Amino acid sequence: MSELDFTPDEMMTIAAARALKNTDVCFVGIGAPSAACNIARLTHAPDVTLIYESGTIGTAPSALPLSIGDGELSDTAVTTVSVPEMFRYWLQGGRVTVGFLGAAQIDRFGNINTTIIGDYDAPKTRLPGGGGAPEIASSCGEIFITLKQSKRSMVEKIDFFTSFGHGDGGDHRARLGLTTKGPTLMVTDLAVWKADPETSEFTVVSLHPGVTRDMVQETCGWTVRFADEVSETPRPTETELSTLRDLRARTKAAHSGANKGDAA
Amino acid sequence: MANFLPLSEAVAQNLKSGDMVAFEGFTHLIPHASAHEAIRQNVKDLTLVRMTPDVIYDQLIGIGAVRKLIFSYAGNPGVGLLRRLRDAVENGWPNRIEIEEHSHAAMANAYEAGAAGLPFAMFRGYKGAELARVNPNIRTVTCPFTGEELAAVPAIRPDVTFIHAQKADRKGNVLIEGIVGVQKEAVLAAKRAVVTVEDLVDDLHAHPNACVLPSWTVSAISVVPGGAHPSYAHGYYPRDNASYIAWDKIAADRETFLDWMKQNVLDASPEDFAARTKHLRSAA
Repeated sequence: MSELDFTPDEMMTIAAARALKNTDVCFVGIGAPSAACNIARLTHAPDVTLIYESGTIGTAPSALPLSIGDGELSDTAVTTVSVPEMFRYWLQGGRVTVGFLGAAQIDRFGNINTTIIGDYDAPKTRLPGGGGAPEIASSCGEIFITLKQSKRSMVEKIDFFTSFGHGDGGDHRARLGLTTKGPTLMVTDLAVWKADPETSEFTVVSLHPGVTRDMVQETCGWTVRFADEVSETPRPTETELSTLRDLRARTKAAHSGANKGDAA
Repeated sequence: MANFLPLSEAVAQNLKSGDMVAFEGFTHLIPHASAHEAIRQNVKDLTLVRMTPDVIYDQLIGIGAVRKLIFSYAGNPGVGLLRRLRDAVENGWPNRIEIEEHSHAAMANAYEAGAAGLPFAMFRGYKGAELARVNPNIRTVTCPFTGEELAAVPAIRPDVTFIHAQKADRKGNVLIEGIVGVQKEAVLAAKRAVVTVEDLVDDLHAHPNACVLPSWTVSAISVVPGGAHPSYAHGYYPRDNASYIAWDKIAADRETFLDWMKQNVLDASPEDFAARTKHLRSAA
């Protein structure tokens, strides 16, 4: 804990949570997005609809699920549908306003790679693959992305286009016939970025408290663009911080509970 | 009509080397006991299908039972990568495997097409996604009414699908509750289907719209309490997240993996699953 009294990771989760509206229907990716979406639900957006790709619609877990299909997601959901129905009626049907994704590797136009590092046929590292992401990226009204900054993950050129952001930038989405907005917001542990309305390139619009422009550039693999006016991200409120810390504590207890763990 | 059989006989009668097989389950109700039985019976050369290959597919691949994998997300959700799968893909240990990779939307649609008796599935997807470049089974069709170009993938028609469910009644009708995933489609798409269940009951007490597989859609049923562990059976026992976390270390090293497989799979039996879930049941 720094003298700021909150960690960069906490600032990232809280800043990401603030982006969701009470009226949003959000397709939740696992990991960092899941924490942000549930903080939104537990603070300013109690009626936000959270959807996990396992088929749970309107779920409200007390702890963060380790997987996308833990039982509590179904227990607390408005309804649980089959996976084909989830992808056909709800996602493809255009009923989801925001897709919230993480990224193993991302470029300045919000194109994401979670498939491979290296060559597809002889990969250096085989990553899990796209799962729902290719169609989340194209079917949701817009895409929010959250990840921790590093030169390894924020790169000039991604190794594989798992899900399409803005391609080469500009109107590339429209040229492919995509009618949704694509990535509009990226929240890292250092800054809030928005896609430029003309170039579609992610541009820093606010720096988290205590963060400098150099810190953002040093942990990013491309030359960072800053908006004409860069503000400071509002600090976490006491409510936001305590809600996040309570959620993390409940999650830790839930994941280590029932631990005999010898036979998988 | 479903035959009630011990799991060893259900697997022996329905799974052969060289088959295309799906052990389906979307986090919930993953048929671990059936996959372990398949490993004990030393079936080889399998084409494995699943949207979300996780620990059991890591085990089947690491033990050398697999020729090809058709999938859309291969990981240990919330924990990390599948280390035995990586070793096979990156280093060819214990053998190289062929990969056919899709998105979830494609796989879900492909199972549904298989269940519906259609040759292919059609959906709005893969726009700008590079999988279409590396997977020749991702193609396009043009809507005859609007001219819109849509993605097309072949239907999935496994030789056999294995699933785990909560209950069967004595006639062999099967009830699945909670996160139902793609299991109904995977069973109806397959030539044969084997179901392990937690419980055998007189009456399913199923809601009229519940997910029920009638007895005549299932080839064999085996009663295997705990048969999804470390996945879970809603209403019976929760997901053993600690075991999923522990798997990451076990799978990281070839020798540790093989020792673990000998002790927990090759020298074990379907009856062991009940004991593995005993400590979880009060928490369900």
